[in-house]
Amino acid sequence: MTERGIASILVVLLAVLPLAVNNQYVLFTLTSAGILIIAAMSLNLLLGYAGQLSLGHVAFFGIGAYVSALCSLGFEFYYGAESPLVVPSQPVWLALIWGIVVAGIFGWIIGKLAFRVRGAYFVILTIGFAQVSRMVALNWVSLTNGPMALNNIPPLSGWLPGYGVVPLSGRVENYYLVLAFGILAYWIISRIVHSRVGRALIALRENESLARSVGIKVTRYLVLATVVSAAMAGGAGAIYAHYVRVIDPDVFLFIYTVTMVIMVMTGGKGTLLGPVIGGLIFGIIPELLRHMVRPELQLILYGVAMILIVFFLPQGIVPALAKLGDRVRRKSKIGKTGVLKDSLTT
Amino acid sequence: MEQLLQHLLNAVVLGGTYALLGIGLTLIFGVMRVANFTHGELYTFGAYMAYALIGPLELNFFVGLAIAVMLGILLGIVIEFMLLRPLQKSDMDTTMLVTIGAWIALQNMELFGWGGVAKSVPHPFPTDPFVIGSVSVAPLRVFVVCVAMVLLVSFYLMINRTTFGIAMRATFQDPEVSSLMGVKINRMFTLTFAIGSGLAASAGALLAPVFVVVPMMGDLVTLKAFAVVILGGLGNIVGATIGGFVLGLAEELGAGYIDSGYRDAMGFILIIAVLLLRPQGLFAPRERTG
Repeated sequence: MTERGIASILVVLLAVLPLAVNNQYVLFTLTSAGILIIAAMSLNLLLGYAGQLSLGHVAFFGIGAYVSALCSLGFEFYYGAESPLVVPSQPVWLALIWGIVVAGIFGWIIGKLAFRVRGAYFVILTIGFAQVSRMVALNWVSLTNGPMALNNIPPLSGWLPGYGVVPLSGRVENYYLVLAFGILAYWIISRIVHSRVGRALIALRENESLARSVGIKVTRYLVLATVVSAAMAGGAGAIYAHYVRVIDPDVFLFIYTVTMVIMVMTGGKGTLLGPVIGGLIFGIIPELLRHMVRPELQLILYGVAMILIVFFLPQGIVPALAKLGDRVRRKSKIGKTGVLKDSLTT
Repeated sequence: MEQLLQHLLNAVVLGGTYALLGIGLTLIFGVMRVANFTHGELYTFGAYMAYALIGPLELNFFVGLAIAVMLGILLGIVIEFMLLRPLQKSDMDTTMLVTIGAWIALQNMELFGWGGVAKSVPHPFPTDPFVIGSVSVAPLRVFVVCVAMVLLVSFYLMINRTTFGIAMRATFQDPEVSSLMGVKINRMFTLTFAIGSGLAASAGALLAPVFVVVPMMGDLVTLKAFAVVILGGLGNIVGATIGGFVLGLAEELGAGYIDSGYRDAMGFILIIAVLLLRPQGLFAPRERTG
C-alpha cells in the first residue's frame, strides 16, 4: 500500500473517531498529540530530509506560541525609548500568522549562522538557542510576564454553519482544527519533498560534496529547510498557545524537543508517515503510562528507547514495515510466476 | 576597578573547571570523532558521587573527591564499551543520537535516584574568605582552582611527554596509520573516553561543594563545554583550555555588568560570535568551511 493510501485511511479514521468515542479525555490526548505531531513533522523536514538534527526545535515552537499569544493579547514593548511601543490586541488568526513568521525569521537567523560550518555546530547552536529563549521568557517579565505565565489567551475562532464566527474553545472543535492543520502540514511537506527543493535536500543529505559538485547551492537549501521547519514548528506552537490558553517559559523545556526527536526517529526519519506514526505512539503511550510510572522513569525509557532504536531499528518503524510488506508481496508473486523470478532478483 | 578585579578572580576559578570540561570534550571529539552529549552527565555524576561519599557516607573530603573521579572514569569506560564501541564504524550523527539518548536516560536516573531537591556537599575549609586588598576569595575556591591547575598541567605533561600521549596524538591525526604503527585503537578509544569522562567528573566533583547538586545541572554544562570547544576549535586542546577561561571571564563580566539573569546565555553568545567571525575556532589554522 502506498504512503498516501495509508495516510488517507488514517485521516478517515481520525475524522470519524469523535463520532464513535465522545470522550473528552481521549480527544484532549489526541489533540495534544496532534500538535506535537505537527512539530515533529517540521523537525522531520530537517532531521529526515536535510539530515540536520535541530536539538532546540522547541525554541521555534515556543517562539510561535509566545508571539501568537502576545499579538492576540496585545502587549507593550519597552525598548529603551521614553514611551513603550504599544501593540493593541490583534485578531487571533493574524496573531497566528505572526507567530509563524517570527519563528521562521529566527529559523533563518539560526540557519544562516549555523550552516557557515557543518557537523555538530547546528545541533549545539539550536540547543543553545532553546536555552536562551527560555531565559528570555523567564527574565523579560515586562513582555512575557516571566514565570507568572501569559493567561487568558483567546482561542482560535472559526465559522461554523448555523453559528457564524465563534471562538473554538470546545474539545471537539479543537480536535478537528488540529486534524486540519495536521493534514495541511503533511501536504506542505509532501509537496516540498517531491519538489526540486526536496530532491536537492535529499541529495545533499546523501553526499554533500557530490551535491555541491552538480551545482546544488547546499547552504541555501539548508537555510531554506530550516526556515520552513521553524515556521511550521512556530505554527504548531501558536495553535498550542490558543488551545491550552496559558503559556509559561516551560514550553521551552528540552523534553519537548526530545519527544519530537523520538517521534521522528521511531516512526522513521525521512518518511512522510514516520512522524505521524511515531507521534501517535509517543503521544498516546505517555498518557497511558502517566498513572503508572513517574515522569522521570518515562524519560529514562525515552532515552533507552532512543539508544535501542539507533542500534536495532535505525530506519524506524515505517521503512521497516515497508520492507516487510515488500517481502510478503514478493513471496506471493513468486507463488504465481514460479521460482525463476526469485532467482533473477537474488 | 575593585569590582573588576573581583570578577577576574572569580573568572579564573570558573575558567579552570570549564577548561577541564572543554579539554575532555575536545579530546573525545578529536580522537574518536564523537560529539559526546553525555559529557554534562559525567559532570553531574561526579558531583553526585562526591555528595554521596562525603555527605551521607561521611568519607574524608579529599578521599571522597578522588573516589568520585574514579567512579566517573569507570562510568566513562562503561559508556564507551557498551554504546560507542559497537558503533565505531558509524558516522557522527549516529553516535551523537546515542549519546543524546544516554544523556536523557542518565539525567533522569539521577532525578529518579536522588530526587529533584538540591543537595549541598559539606567541606572542611573555613568559610571566612581570604581578603587580599579589595578582593576576597573563599578558601574552597582557591582549592578548586589549584586542583584544576594541577590536573590541567598533568594532562599536558601526559599528552606531550609520555609515549601514551604520543600514541594518543597520533590517533588524533590519523587512526588508521597509527594503528599500523602499533597503536591499539580500541584501547586508545576507551582510554580517551575514560580520561575525558574523568576530567568532566572531576570538574563536577570540584564544583559540587561550591554550588549545589541538582539533576538538571548537566544540561547547561554540556552546552558550556561545547561552547568552550567551539571557541577553541573542535579538537584543539590548547584552544579548549584558553576557551574555558574566556567563557569564565565572559560569564563573570556578563553577569556583573549586564544582567545576572543572562549569565548562562554568555556561552551561547560566544558561540554565535565565533561562528560569525572565526568559524574554525579562535586558535585553529584556517580550514575549509561551508
